[in-house]
Amino acid sequence: MIEVKNINKSFADKKVLNNFSGYFETGKMNLIIGKSGSGKTMAVKCMLGLFSVDSGDILFNGRDFINISEYEKTKIRQEIGMVFQGGALFDSMTIEDNIMFPLKMFSGLNIIDMIDRVNFCLNRVNLKNVNTLFPSELSGGMQKRVAIARAIALKPKYLFCDEPNSGLDPSTATVIDNLLKEITYEYNITTVINTHDMNSVMEIGDNIVYIEDGKKEWEGDKRNFLSSGNKKLNEFIFSSKLFKKLKSAI
Amino acid sequence: MEFFVTTGRYILFLKNVFFRLESRRVYFPKIIQEIHELGMSSIGFVSFISIFVGAVVTLQVAYNLENPLLPTYLIGLSSRDSLVLEFSPTMISLVLAGKIGSNIASSLGTMRVTEQIDALEVMGINSASYLVLPKIIAVMFINPFLIILSIALGLVGGWLAGNITGICPTEDFLVGVQYEFIPFNLAYSLLKTIIFGFIITSVCAFFGYTTKGGALEVGQSSTKGVVYTSILIIIFNYFITSLLLS
Repeated sequence: MIEVKNINKSFADKKVLNNFSGYFETGKMNLIIGKSGSGKTMAVKCMLGLFSVDSGDILFNGRDFINISEYEKTKIRQEIGMVFQGGALFDSMTIEDNIMFPLKMFSGLNIIDMIDRVNFCLNRVNLKNVNTLFPSELSGGMQKRVAIARAIALKPKYLFCDEPNSGLDPSTATVIDNLLKEITYEYNITTVINTHDMNSVMEIGDNIVYIEDGKKEWEGDKRNFLSSGNKKLNEFIFSSKLFKKLKSAI
Repeated sequence: MEFFVTTGRYILFLKNVFFRLESRRVYFPKIIQEIHELGMSSIGFVSFISIFVGAVVTLQVAYNLENPLLPTYLIGLSSRDSLVLEFSPTMISLVLAGKIGSNIASSLGTMRVTEQIDALEVMGINSASYLVLPKIIAVMFINPFLIILSIALGLVGGWLAGNITGICPTEDFLVGVQYEFIPFNLAYSLLKTIIFGFIITSVCAFFGYTTKGGALEVGQSSTKGVVYTSILIIIFNYFITSLLLS
């Protein structure tokens, strides 16, 4: 479980996170949603320690992630898997080497066990015969799946995904969403997904946090998402004609 | 003001590179890989330039020594000293700043904008040290060999030019090349090369690593890295020379 308590982050005069808080439960799909530029990526990057926060607390299973040494931070980070928006696969490495990379750095496994683990992870994301290919030889959807395979290679306790289905067609996006959901439930991971995709919200959102101008505006689940009564959230949800029709149908 | 801010950031960047290291077994294969990618791949380029630089230096020295009172072997001697003291270490380092430096800045810049560096950080890896330290060690190690090769091929170029044009026979050229050779000159030359190797890799890596934005900014970082490196090489060349030779 990850607790975020009143974190603030500013760049010069611009406040990008304003007392942002959230409670992200283990074994659930926790979604942070919001418009572009609302601060959701910054919230995730602060939770990962890629940006320092000006104030506030971040706790990983009760362990402070802000006021600790770099060494202790590194230890917690080894329990984290991350799927970046563009995949962030290492261009110069093959798919096998990409997934093997965290294993080589931290697992202490021998090469045979590492290859077994790589193949297991690739099978888990439904990819076969791609070990020797380079990231540039794969489609966007396949790259995302490799990124997920790399993220789960070290059996993480926490999985972060930054817009995992951006740039994908609706059917591939659904495949990625379902894959993340299966992995979260199967391995009991605390998954935090950053998205503005409404299909994802309705499909996989166990716990949803709506953020606007760096501030949490609403928190709930997909059952009360469409009927929340929150003005800002409704403006976000029903901005498209399709959802306006859906609202009138409800 | 910006100069001081950039210098401060560069020093903090170096602190990240040299402290909080990963385990040694991680660096060794990467250093070998970088020696191959940054050093060995430059051999052809360095060789080509060195032969022609050596030839031009010999022709220019011969042009300036057109005096019947001066012995012809002075052409070989002057060419040797010019190549050892200045042309090979400084000129080749400036050329390598363009080749290796832009490669380092653009590759790190691309890794930054495609979030590959963030991916390393999230894994708990000190990305600055993991990515940059092997490059610094590799270039500081391989540069002296490249410069020795450059000096040797420069002399070959000079000998060829002297022979083809008939301005300096082989015997005289060889006497000149061996005449009153001071080993310290070579040590000075190699020391410069090692320092220039550090400047090339660390400065270009700094600009690449701190890239913000997209493809356009990667190009700008690469250009900045090469320009700053070239300026620093010229400045350090003066200071090292005045410290060691004056």
